[in-house]
Amino acid sequence: MENTFSLDGKEIPFEPGQTVWDAAMAAGVYIPHLCHNPDYEPHSSCRLCTITVNGRPFAACTQPAVADQLVHNNTPELNAMRRTILQMLFVEGNHYCPSCEKSGNCKLQSSAYDLGMQDNHFPQLFPHREPDSSHPDVILDRDRCILCGLCVRVSRDVDKKSIFAIANRGIKSELIVNSPSGKLVDSKVSVDDEAMKVCPVGSLMIKRKGFEVPIGQRDYDKEPISVVSLRQFQGRKEGRHE
Amino acid sequence: MSSTKLSHLEVVRPIVEKYAKDPNALLQILIEVQEILHCVPKDVQDYISKELFGKSRVRVPAVISFYSFLSEQYLGEYVVHFADNIIEQMLGNRELAARLCSKLGVKIGKVRNDGRVSVHFTSCIGMSDQAPAILVNGRTIPKLTPEKVDVIAQSITAQMPVERWPESLFVVEDNIRRSDVLFRRKIEPGSAIKACLDRAKAAHAPVALDEQLSPLPSDSDKTGLDHAAQETLAEMYRSDLRGRGGAGFKAAIKWETARDKKGSSRYVLCNADEGEPGTFKDRVLLQNYADMVFEGMTVCGFTIKAKLGILYIRGEYRYMKEHLDAVLQKRREQNLLGEHILGSPFSFDIKIHWGAGAYVCGMETAMIESIEGKRGSPRKRWPLPVEWGYKGQPTVVNNVETYAGAAIVAVRGGSWFAQHGTMQSTGTKLFCVSGDCERPGIYEYPFGVSIREVLRDCGARNTQAVQISGPSGMMLPESEFDRLLAFEDVPSVGTVMIFDKSRDMFDVLHNFAKFFQHESCGLCTPCRVGTTLLVNILDKFKKGQGSALDLEEIKNISQLLKTFSHCGLGQTAQAPFMDALQKFRPIFDKRLKSKEFIPAFSLNAALEEARQLTGRTDPGAFIHEDIAEPAH
Repeated sequence: MENTFSLDGKEIPFEPGQTVWDAAMAAGVYIPHLCHNPDYEPHSSCRLCTITVNGRPFAACTQPAVADQLVHNNTPELNAMRRTILQMLFVEGNHYCPSCEKSGNCKLQSSAYDLGMQDNHFPQLFPHREPDSSHPDVILDRDRCILCGLCVRVSRDVDKKSIFAIANRGIKSELIVNSPSGKLVDSKVSVDDEAMKVCPVGSLMIKRKGFEVPIGQRDYDKEPISVVSLRQFQGRKEGRHE
Repeated sequence: MSSTKLSHLEVVRPIVEKYAKDPNALLQILIEVQEILHCVPKDVQDYISKELFGKSRVRVPAVISFYSFLSEQYLGEYVVHFADNIIEQMLGNRELAARLCSKLGVKIGKVRNDGRVSVHFTSCIGMSDQAPAILVNGRTIPKLTPEKVDVIAQSITAQMPVERWPESLFVVEDNIRRSDVLFRRKIEPGSAIKACLDRAKAAHAPVALDEQLSPLPSDSDKTGLDHAAQETLAEMYRSDLRGRGGAGFKAAIKWETARDKKGSSRYVLCNADEGEPGTFKDRVLLQNYADMVFEGMTVCGFTIKAKLGILYIRGEYRYMKEHLDAVLQKRREQNLLGEHILGSPFSFDIKIHWGAGAYVCGMETAMIESIEGKRGSPRKRWPLPVEWGYKGQPTVVNNVETYAGAAIVAVRGGSWFAQHGTMQSTGTKLFCVSGDCERPGIYEYPFGVSIREVLRDCGARNTQAVQISGPSGMMLPESEFDRLLAFEDVPSVGTVMIFDKSRDMFDVLHNFAKFFQHESCGLCTPCRVGTTLLVNILDKFKKGQGSALDLEEIKNISQLLKTFSHCGLGQTAQAPFMDALQKFRPIFDKRLKSKEFIPAFSLNAALEEARQLTGRTDPGAFIHEDIAEPAH
């Protein structure tokens, strides 16, 4: 085959313009990710998808596939560092899985299970973050926000509303809302926005939908995220959104 | 201040109009508003949002909160920023800040109740050779003393406008201690451009002269300009000039790549963000050699066929605004910028974009975002700026010193340039020497000078360590002073911070760690969270609660930062930690409470709330933690 690269020893075909992430997922190899959603432009900010190409680290979601390169993904070293990334996300915010409505459908939680994260390891930072439940249909729980920027991008690029933005910088970064009061209730957000469907964690939620699917019967309760994610990606290729 | 009489709208409207409501000008507009109002209040934000972006008001607060010098809250009539890098701390900035605060009755970081004054700490302001230094309403006051602090306190109390304070307070010195072949004498303004155009004359077709200008050149090179640009590029290749911003990428390759990429226009950006603590060479270059820098940018524009160059300069150097505007204006009058430079068909102009306190904007893609009026977050890695830079067009980004070098290459030729320095690091380099020495300032050496020679020349004694290239560089002990300052051995942006044997390198590391935490843009997880976790571990050591396990933790987080961070800030933020662990291990060992794990919190302190609630003061309500300390 003309265009292939080696991924953990397996030959992966790719089309010009494809990223390593796209080609790998299309070939049935899962690469962990949180801030990336293949329906939208990649962002390479969470760094969970970091792989090595000829020994150098890159984010798979933005790295163009190049013929004959030697790519490593599922290695003990990379997975150990991915666990550390997840632990950092867990201590940075306030994540209480047992009482979170997103449990079982949460990509942060399921990635942690999938990568074998046993504990938070680092001391909690316990930030004070204001929740916003002002809107009748939508709730923003900043405690759970991992600053992936998906809602920012999708609201701006797809919904054309620019409801969200990341403000401040560094460890003080936070999600802000586009409205005179800074509250969701005064914004143009709607439950039908695409941005409302992309939050990988339980930060942006639609009200009165809680526990429609009981805990224990949710996507990642039944199968690991690696399996679900691959199936969704392949279904997407065939035009079937799950 | 007369401006306070103006309504917010009267202030902001002309600024927004001046920039023709250009969304790319958002940061420039905010800086000018902040300068007048000492804040960007909500009603002004709403106005700017409406004029620049229509409905979306979210971008304005997102940008304001990104830059240290912008603020939604009113900061007072007098806004004082104390530079707080390690050199400033060694020279007593903290004591001077305390003195000023006590005289003024104000707390650091808080506006005084009457709204008149606030005092803050900020990162390095590029004055390490004349520290301690402060900014007052954006104007630099170096070499601060207790006496000067008292004058400042009196002036503020007397409500004297900063413009009427004694001029002697604001004198910034150049401190050029050693010159070598590149900067010993200035090149005549225009000589580098003339040299380029002469190469066009040397080609068979003549350059269009003033009287025969009318048709602009087509791509068929009737004017010889293409040939001349090619020749100029060849000289750049011969010079082997490497980027002076620290990374050392060959300038000619960058120029050629940007020239050859498809684009509707091309841009020449000059990086004068100079945020690396302890660095001040770009300040001295722009103060004394601005013509040379602009000339180098013009040569680049000539070579890659750009029409616009942008100098991105850090807000800390705002005091140079009039000077730089005047140099540009004079160059336009001399026909060294603008339409048909020196009567040739080549047109090029330069404008200035100001930063507002964000180290990360020294990263080239973050800088481009900032020039586009956005938060200074680095872009995704590909495509590179040479292909997809400013406004999505091919863009060359080089350091101030690189462009100055390029101007010299254009005048004196690449081969001449390459005779100096070493095989792999040609030319000379400006070094910014600060810290424990007799003569801090700018030293120009050919590449390949040893650290020991620099220390000798600047009068450093009992030197314990040097930090080369700022916090993101290398921390070197005496055993490595014979190493050479060149890309092939100790690469650097030119920063040499000196620490004698009286200094505690732990304090140096702690200062660097807080710097990176403060300057992390927050885009990627490793840098956003990792820099904070590292600071917390050092805080723990500082309190005497460090343990051997924490040292392992430092190594693990450092490894993650180095390999998983999105940009150079995070990738290098771990460098001083790894150097300190390897080369200055005793600074940790002497603070180790135990070789076992010690928790970051105090169990006894955690019980305080419960004691208060229950009103218990008996001995049983206290835990004596010393008892729990394991024997080793």
